[in-house]
Amino acid sequence: MTWLFGLTIAFLIAGTVAGQILKRRMRSDAAQATVANLNRRIGAWWVLCLVFGAALALGNGAVIALFGLFSFLALREFITLTPTNRGDHRSLFWSFFLFTPLQYFLVWIQWYGMFSILIPVYAFLYIPTRTAIAGDSSHFLERTAKIHWGLMISTYCLSHAPALLTLNIPGYAGQNAKLLFYFLLVVQLSDVLQYACGKLLGRTPIAPLISPNKTWEGFLGGIALATAVGAALYGVTPFRPWQAAALSLLITLMGFAGGLTMSAIKRDHGVKDYGTIITGHGGVLDRIDSLCFSAPIFFHLTRYFFAV
Amino acid sequence: MSQLLKERVCARAHPCAGPLASLAKWITGANTRWIDCPAEPRQRIYFANHTSHLDFVALWAALPEPIRARTRPVAAREYWVRNAVRSYLATNVFQSVLISRTDTAGRNLLSPLLDELERGSSLILFPEGTRGNGDEVAEFKAGLYHLLHFKPEIEAVPVYLENLNRILPKGEFLPVPLLSRVTFGPPIRPQAGEPKSEFLDRARRALCRLKDL
Repeated sequence: MTWLFGLTIAFLIAGTVAGQILKRRMRSDAAQATVANLNRRIGAWWVLCLVFGAALALGNGAVIALFGLFSFLALREFITLTPTNRGDHRSLFWSFFLFTPLQYFLVWIQWYGMFSILIPVYAFLYIPTRTAIAGDSSHFLERTAKIHWGLMISTYCLSHAPALLTLNIPGYAGQNAKLLFYFLLVVQLSDVLQYACGKLLGRTPIAPLISPNKTWEGFLGGIALATAVGAALYGVTPFRPWQAAALSLLITLMGFAGGLTMSAIKRDHGVKDYGTIITGHGGVLDRIDSLCFSAPIFFHLTRYFFAV
Repeated sequence: MSQLLKERVCARAHPCAGPLASLAKWITGANTRWIDCPAEPRQRIYFANHTSHLDFVALWAALPEPIRARTRPVAAREYWVRNAVRSYLATNVFQSVLISRTDTAGRNLLSPLLDELERGSSLILFPEGTRGNGDEVAEFKAGLYHLLHFKPEIEAVPVYLENLNRILPKGEFLPVPLLSRVTFGPPIRPQAGEPKSEFLDRARRALCRLKDL
């Protein structure tokens, strides 16, 4: 455990130093932008490490609360980008101040039955009702769907990451923090490697209308390398090598799907509406979109096949 | 002597002002832009669109500390003296100039503002007079023109406040924590011989233009 953490910190220090050197060396605007993007990713990695530091120091409650804060900030960005109107005000208020904290509270008290249906069922039925009471029927289905979708992605999906801490895996008791770290590491590493492979080798865009930066070369290179790292690190997980490889492949694919889907939403709304509002305060959703998609899948497969 | 003392007190910020401004910036997720308008401590009238009770605080918090200490928001007395906390915040922390909306004679209404300008303070003004629904900026009241007419050396800076009506709309008391934006635009002044209505219209257009930048 300690060596895994120490190794990550060592890599981060090396990455931060390299990033700062590159920042001073690069002359052209395009190169500057690439280095700035890389440095933002390295910054996100430091945050990830602090999450884990907190897990070791303060216990599960602190980690759950921290993910709750990420959900809150991501939902804030999502709703800012989504045009809502006056009639949605109360639904939004309860999404932020009731459903999001409650979801994480359910993770904390380990009430799996309620945790897994609070937002898909209760929030799903509450939001349209509250909006209907507010009395504005314009674009009704569109508005309620957008709020519910934001809540599903930012809060429900992400909450499955800290929920890994609550699984009871035979022969792995007291080590769940390692599993969470492993999950975050593989998914974030896949993001960075896809980006790096795409910058170095990228030729053929996968969906040029949605995200011109996502290429087949970056996708295949990043997924393959991250899966290899995930398989090699099987020792810190309750999995056999082939199981670690299969799960790593699956979560990196889901991570890719998350990035692509969020790009499509930003292209549809953000860029032409509130895209520039976010500068300076945004970026949480950009960093965690891959985690949002992969966390529920990783949680459920681990739960079905390894937990009791 | 007493006048001098008063001025020194005015230019110093309340100890709560800094932390409160940071808190306001965090709650409103405000991104501040200065477009063709240097953020420097010169005497100005900042005028903005008005859609939310948060406007006042958001604009005040967006100003850098040295400018904020010499800037006084102009606010409606009826709203701010309603309870002791509000009243304390308005006079001591925001150091606002409270004016009564129900006063009749127009010249008297402006005299406390002119006194403040005379003392060297900058002002924050909402020339629509009341909160709108956020869709459109209403016609401006004449106060902005009169103030600039009396003190022609002062410049007026348009400030566009975006999304605050979604955070705390008119008629709601619970905020939704979305991100907002405060845009300062290029200063304007009345030109020699420019009629009142033409200047007010020009000021309004200068403000609306910032939305699309």
